[in-house]
Amino acid sequence: MEGDLAHIGAGLAAIGSGAAAIGVGNVAGNFLAGALRNPSAAASQTATLFIGIAFAEALGIFSFLVALLLMFAV
Amino acid sequence: MATETHDAAGTAADAAPGMPQLDFSTWANQIFWLVVTLVVIYLVLSRVALPRIAAVLAERQGTITNDIAAAEDLKQKAVEAEAAYNQALADARSEANNIIAATKADIQKDLDVALAKADAEIAAQTAEGEKAIAAIREGALESVKAVAKDTAKELVAAMGGTADAKTITAAVTARMKG
Amino acid sequence: MATEAHGAEEGGLVFHPMDQFIVKPLFGGEHMGMFTFTNASLWMMLAIVAVIALMVFGTSRRARIPGRAQSVAELAYGFVYKMVEDVAGKDAVGFFPYIMTLFMFIVFSNFLGLLPMSFTPTSHFAVTVVLAMLVFLTVTIVGFVKNGTKFLGLFWVSSAPLALRPVLAIIEIISYFVRPVSHSIRLAGNVMAGHAVIKVFAGFAAIAVISPVSVLAITAMYGLEVLVSFIQAYVFTILTCVYLKDALHPSH
Repeated sequence: MEGDLAHIGAGLAAIGSGAAAIGVGNVAGNFLAGALRNPSAAASQTATLFIGIAFAEALGIFSFLVALLLMFAV
Repeated sequence: MATETHDAAGTAADAAPGMPQLDFSTWANQIFWLVVTLVVIYLVLSRVALPRIAAVLAERQGTITNDIAAAEDLKQKAVEAEAAYNQALADARSEANNIIAATKADIQKDLDVALAKADAEIAAQTAEGEKAIAAIREGALESVKAVAKDTAKELVAAMGGTADAKTITAAVTARMKG
Repeated sequence: MATEAHGAEEGGLVFHPMDQFIVKPLFGGEHMGMFTFTNASLWMMLAIVAVIALMVFGTSRRARIPGRAQSVAELAYGFVYKMVEDVAGKDAVGFFPYIMTLFMFIVFSNFLGLLPMSFTPTSHFAVTVVLAMLVFLTVTIVGFVKNGTKFLGLFWVSSAPLALRPVLAIIEIISYFVRPVSHSIRLAGNVMAGHAVIKVFAGFAAIAVISPVSVLAITAMYGLEVLVSFIQAYVFTILTCVYLKDALHPSH
């Protein structure tokens, strides 16, 4: 019974991956919108883009980690 | 997802102790080998690889700079050569113009001389011709006078008179002047 | 999902997505002490070999016109050097060999881990936590050595209204100490997630009907993993540079 609850929790935690996907899409989409407005400044900001994507993605990875912990470690 | 996870958990739980990442008994081992790895990579990179690559890049940069300088030099030389060529061309052109002018002047002089000579010859010939015409005209006048004298004497004789030559000459001369 | 459930019922699919991460001794015995040579050690050594092959033997000719290996080595050098210079500032160039070490190790661990039957050291928290803690300690120590107590100005946002500053200071301090956590979990989580997903897809290949889809999915995931391997190394390195910049120039 406890294991089943943990599995449900893992499935819920997996929603976080989708949320992170929305976040990453936001970052990349806004970067693209800005880059198309001012293409000359885009190249200098790719590092910022990757940092932003990394931060957004890290939180998705946290939820993935929670799912894994619930599945395998609890 | 539920089936999959259920299945995965069911089998994995039997085979492996959950997440191997959270098996802390392996951490000391991994950390030891990681530190060894990092130290080796650091030493290799900082002692051998990075200085070498930096040297290669610096050398290449130097070569490129030198080559650019040499190219600049050669370009300068090319510009100078072009200037010299243009100068030579201009010199040659002006030389040619000088020669043309001199030749023209020479020819003009010769022409002038020849013209003057020809003029002089023509004038001489004209004078000679005029003299000849004058002589011929003089000769014709004398002939006319003699013919007139003879004719006058014959006329006087035919009319039965006699006339001395002196009178006839005077008369003819007077008539011809008249 | 329906087919999966169907297959699971019929064929009794066996998933061991986490088995590939098990650390086990390679030579004799089950006992694992601190110095036992394990598969993790083996793939770290292979990473060393790869780094030496590329950066030392690849550049051994010191050619003015580089060959293939030397081009790649110079590319990696220029890539990281420019990153350090642009992000962390010119006075951080002294840390370049250190950051280059992190970058080369992560890149080669990730790429070697993509080989079939291989082991990926960077998928283990033991490894990434040590890497992240090295960066965290370096940044903190450098910050205090270079700036003294002025380094604490990093947490005191002087451009904010005075009333907000203590709240912001608490948030800044928390985010500062969360850095090594997110720094390490991001790398290990990305690598682990990709490998586990590939393994799950591989499990579906046991059903003949689904196997072509499974192979296609594995191929697509593999391509994504190649990208992720590099991007995670890049992100780890550039975040190190960002933190280093905070340590060298703590003005907010």
